[in-house]
Amino acid sequence: FHSHRNINQDVSLTVPPAQLAAMRKHAVRAMPGSDWQPLEITPGLPPERADVVIVGGGVVGWSVAYWLKRKERIRDGVRVLVVEKDPTYSQASTVLSVGGIRQQFSLPENIHLSLASAEFLRSINEHLGVLNEDPVDLQFNHSGYLFIASEKGAGIMEENYRTQRYAGAKVTLLSPAQVKEKFPWLNTEGVALASYGLENEGWFDPWSLLNALRRKAISMGVYQCFGEVTGFRYSTHSMPTDDSHQMSFKRIRYVNVRMPNSLEYQPVECAIVVNAAGAHSGKVADLAGIGSGPKDTLAAVPVPVEPRKRYVYVLHCPDGPGLDTPFLIDYSGVYCRREGLGGNYIAGLSPEEEEEPDTRDLEVDYNFFQDRIWPLLAHRVPAFECTKVASAWAGYYDYNTFDQNCILGLHPLVNNMYFATGFSGHGLQQSPAAGRALAELILDGGFRTLDLSALGFERIFHQEPVLERSIV
Amino acid sequence: MALYRTVQLSGCARMCVSVARPYSTVARSPSTPLPLRSKLLFFLSQHFYDVEQLLSWSSWLRNWTLRRKNTFYSYTQEQYGNNVAAAFYILSLKGGFRFSGQSEWFRPNEKGKFSWDFVNFQEHPIEEVDVSGTVINCTGLDNLVSQKNLRTLSLRGCREVDDWFLSRLHIFQESLEELNLSGCPRISVGGLCALHHLRKLRKLDLSSLPRVQNPGLVRILLEEVLPHCHITGVEYDEGLQAFQEEKDSEALSSTGTGA
Repeated sequence: FHSHRNINQDVSLTVPPAQLAAMRKHAVRAMPGSDWQPLEITPGLPPERADVVIVGGGVVGWSVAYWLKRKERIRDGVRVLVVEKDPTYSQASTVLSVGGIRQQFSLPENIHLSLASAEFLRSINEHLGVLNEDPVDLQFNHSGYLFIASEKGAGIMEENYRTQRYAGAKVTLLSPAQVKEKFPWLNTEGVALASYGLENEGWFDPWSLLNALRRKAISMGVYQCFGEVTGFRYSTHSMPTDDSHQMSFKRIRYVNVRMPNSLEYQPVECAIVVNAAGAHSGKVADLAGIGSGPKDTLAAVPVPVEPRKRYVYVLHCPDGPGLDTPFLIDYSGVYCRREGLGGNYIAGLSPEEEEEPDTRDLEVDYNFFQDRIWPLLAHRVPAFECTKVASAWAGYYDYNTFDQNCILGLHPLVNNMYFATGFSGHGLQQSPAAGRALAELILDGGFRTLDLSALGFERIFHQEPVLERSIV
Repeated sequence: MALYRTVQLSGCARMCVSVARPYSTVARSPSTPLPLRSKLLFFLSQHFYDVEQLLSWSSWLRNWTLRRKNTFYSYTQEQYGNNVAAAFYILSLKGGFRFSGQSEWFRPNEKGKFSWDFVNFQEHPIEEVDVSGTVINCTGLDNLVSQKNLRTLSLRGCREVDDWFLSRLHIFQESLEELNLSGCPRISVGGLCALHHLRKLRKLDLSSLPRVQNPGLVRILLEEVLPHCHITGVEYDEGLQAFQEEKDSEALSSTGTGA
């Protein structure tokens, strides 16, 4: 006979709380709407089919993804997949960039791209605001660019000034006396003319732009996959030309995306491939067989983009120029800008063709600063004679060896591969407008807002370089 | 109203909703809880396409009204000239101004009504502008570009004035003498460094700028760049005090937990 026992204290009915939590988790996974699957699949695989596959998850790739989603007319009309090789972005040009934006170019297309991007950045919260998330903070410093020209370059600078004003950039020319009055810390020896940007020029944080684009694009339904594109499966068809030569055209059917640290790959069936791989665009183009045709044919022309290593040095100079320091670019090519409020500066120089550093890794050569940059910098800004290198880093330019301007457009021989690459150091400042241009090409069939047909592949096949007359 | 349920996509599917939220004056960190109404609205927008679309329309409408208020008054400019166009723009924003050569200010009353006498002053440029608390923004400055005699500009508590606005103030570099930027929640150091163009600036008010982290240091740097300008509203040790308090509290907590 059991003595009277309270039913609530019966041992078999009380369940310890940890077990209860586990049971609740099990129950949730059994309900419809959970992502439990009986056969385990690798996490992080891309979808088996996508409409547009964007190779490269830098600022240009995400900009294209964002604009594609923004321009689609119906919800989920375009399935976009962005494939990025490195989830840590340790070698990505975007995050290693110095972050400047300027309109002082000589090519009108470049000026318009930069102006449109500045317009985008000005109303960035309208474009990239997400519900219940913090507003985007780019930390944009509106300090302008100051280009300095010697006697030789003064004529070119004046012509560029006219082009820039005609395109709508707010730039002003300064004589050496005016430069000395505005910036007394500058040594005006050898300066014949200076060009100063008044609005829409400065520098900002590239990581916040990348994250804002990525957050907004993912919220609009873009798929993100971390993996490496190891190959394309394409179909080829050939057609005879007027003089009976066979021309073969390719159409990419599948993109093979290999998972990180694994041999497993997923062939993603796609309609369109966008090559926004930055410094590695040349390699991705080789995977599609571009440039491997018979000699002296169009099929033998490779995509002329290769990585070039550039060093960036952080200097500390307590007596340096103050809050009004613009992004100074000297006619010798050395550049320097203020970083923060603590007397730190960022400086760099594009090396000559002969002394291009090795691109196998991103190691920094501090002798380059001592031998090449510091003399020129100290000559131009005397306060930098006693400066210390606090730190340095290196990053890749996606350098267009043909004419150092971007390549935007469809490849003539691969019918569904678009290129948004070769920016040669201007990728960050032109990314919003370039993304919009490429989305217009893909969805509207042609450029709508900016006519960038001068930056397509035709110039490479016709061997007519579209050169920028100012450097850096 | 039929509410269409959103499809639950698995895997690397959509996470959050593509709607711009109203920019609040205080940046709300994710840790502070939303009020109940906003939480309910957010929950509904995550699960129903209709609510998501309604919220996106409402934020688009908000941006559209802002753009409309700051549009360029081209018709007024053609008919009456630059000065009257600028005056009409300021009055429509519910701001006040004073013509040069006149002593009384033109302002709308509490209901927003204003007298149309300003139309008679086509030849007089505007000398002082007070647009505190209005929604003036960077594109609205197109209306004031022609006012080369502007001496005083008061932007107290304008929530749409941001760094891009400050970067456009160089158009007044020959004439602006007083600038009041207190209480503008969007201004940060990036915009203040563009103020070095204003050579004639004599008074600058920088009180209560929540996004400027080191106000004292910024004041020192600005005084270096604008030697004749008197900066008010900021003490030299603002921004330092917080560091000192942190050090004290760190010392206290370490003595508490260390022993």
